[in-house]
Amino acid sequence: MFMRNASQTRAGAQAWNIAIWVVMIFFLVNVGAMIATVLLNSFATRWLGTWFPAGLTTRWYSSAWSEFQLGDVLFVTMQVTVAVVALSALIGVPAAYALARAEFPGKRIVQLLFLLPMMVPPITYGIPLATVLYKVNLGGSLAGVILANLVPTVPFVIMVMTPFIEQIDPKLEAAARVFGANTFRVFVHVLVPLLAPGILAASLMVMVRTIAMFELTFLTAGPDSQTLVVSLYYAAFAAGVRAGQSISAMAVTYMILTLAWLLIALRFVNPTQLVTRVKT
Amino acid sequence: MTVDALPAATLPERQPVRIDRAAWLALPAVIFVLALFIFPFGYGLVLSFSPLEAAQGWLANYAKFFADPAYYGTIAKTLWLALPATLINVGASVPIAYRMRVPSGGQRFVTTLLVIPITLGTVLIADGLLTYLGPQGWVNRILLGLGLVDSPIRLVHNYTGVLLSLVVSGFPFTFLLTLSYITGIDPVLAQAARTLGAGPWRQFKEIYFPLLLPGLAVAFCLTFVQAFSVFPSAVLLGAPAGATRVISIAAYEAAFENYDFPMASAVAMIMGLVQLAITVLVLSGRRLVYRGPVGGGKG
Repeated sequence: MFMRNASQTRAGAQAWNIAIWVVMIFFLVNVGAMIATVLLNSFATRWLGTWFPAGLTTRWYSSAWSEFQLGDVLFVTMQVTVAVVALSALIGVPAAYALARAEFPGKRIVQLLFLLPMMVPPITYGIPLATVLYKVNLGGSLAGVILANLVPTVPFVIMVMTPFIEQIDPKLEAAARVFGANTFRVFVHVLVPLLAPGILAASLMVMVRTIAMFELTFLTAGPDSQTLVVSLYYAAFAAGVRAGQSISAMAVTYMILTLAWLLIALRFVNPTQLVTRVKT
Repeated sequence: MTVDALPAATLPERQPVRIDRAAWLALPAVIFVLALFIFPFGYGLVLSFSPLEAAQGWLANYAKFFADPAYYGTIAKTLWLALPATLINVGASVPIAYRMRVPSGGQRFVTTLLVIPITLGTVLIADGLLTYLGPQGWVNRILLGLGLVDSPIRLVHNYTGVLLSLVVSGFPFTFLLTLSYITGIDPVLAQAARTLGAGPWRQFKEIYFPLLLPGLAVAFCLTFVQAFSVFPSAVLLGAPAGATRVISIAAYEAAFENYDFPMASAVAMIMGLVQLAITVLVLSGRRLVYRGPVGGGKG
């Protein structure tokens, strides 16, 4: 009796295992095939009613480059990303230091304040934010796009950096102070070198997130301040006006840009760190 | 910036309580979040009570929302997308994350692959699915080839397309979040149960699941809130004038097509309120279950 139960359980567990792997592989294969569709379409001379395109060409890339002004769009994307990465580190890292090291009244409220922009989805606060930015004439400008993109990234840097700073021995700073260094010098000569790996990881994650941030850029950008992902949306929205392959070529450009940075980021961070935002 | 340079007079909470000097380093970030997150929310809230046609009274925007099915209908339409998507994503994540809880090469490989759809984002997923699920796409060709359907089935420009895009973009997020919670549970607890004769199913039911529930509630809320604010895929993959006219589309139209920013703010406030309501509901349900250390040993 016991033996039969045990073998039944084992067979059940086996079937369960297989089912789980099948679901997971089914999901990944579909995502892969979706990406392959875009990739293949961007090189297709003509692809209608067949499994594979009739022929391959690279001309869609040059046509996408001129049709969608990809040069300008990429330059805007780069400006936005660099500014957001630099400013979010500049504002976020000192705040993370304060949260990790200092005690002050209202600390819990400040922590909650930094958590909120990551809990509320961008489209919800993006509309009132865009309203305010348009009111002060920053809407539709590069500065407006950068400011809007900083709203989720500053708290993100704080959240990544706070535990990182907590695990650095405070005695190192105390030793520097004994030798007469002020806070600024401790920061530059002791903390920044120690924090460099954490800042690098946080910056790379901010970079990937900013390139892919659609909602906030979409709501605040004007015609001259669109990043690549927003241009891609407009192109897909007006599908039919341009050749589908041209849009796919643009999508591939976007994929290469994000995935290249993701690949670099993954050398420094664990994949789960990219999503883990809230601890219970 | 040196700490001493900050003007002390403008700072809140000047109390005799000792404040570490380093605390002032948080000030720029606090001012930033107050100015660009809290203030816009407050501004939007006030604006939503100041309708363009002032004669109709301060509640006119909300009255309009709940009188016009083109507006109030969006709540049900969005819930009808967001709730099934959240249930699918959370429901699939739990068994899979439980299966992969032990760190291994396979775990690292799968998690790395799952980061890709998250990174690519909803716009690219919508654009890709448009071709992949379209009448000429591989999915329909396979279904036709297998003889499962006689003519291509409609998977895009309707409810199905948006739901599928919510699964593609939402599942990796929910899964990685669930995985991070499940790997935080000390396996020693389950080993103790195994020593006492519990099989894998009972270990899950009696040990892992109760300890996972609080984290799962958070994962549910975050997944739901994301799905409820669906925008690009509802436009590109859905029927933005029909079945997938979600609440964010209504807010966007009010702001950027009708230039009625007070109305747009009212819609955004209602959207935030529904998200808050569901979050509070789920998280208060969490209090009913165990909350405590998930580590074993001396706890």
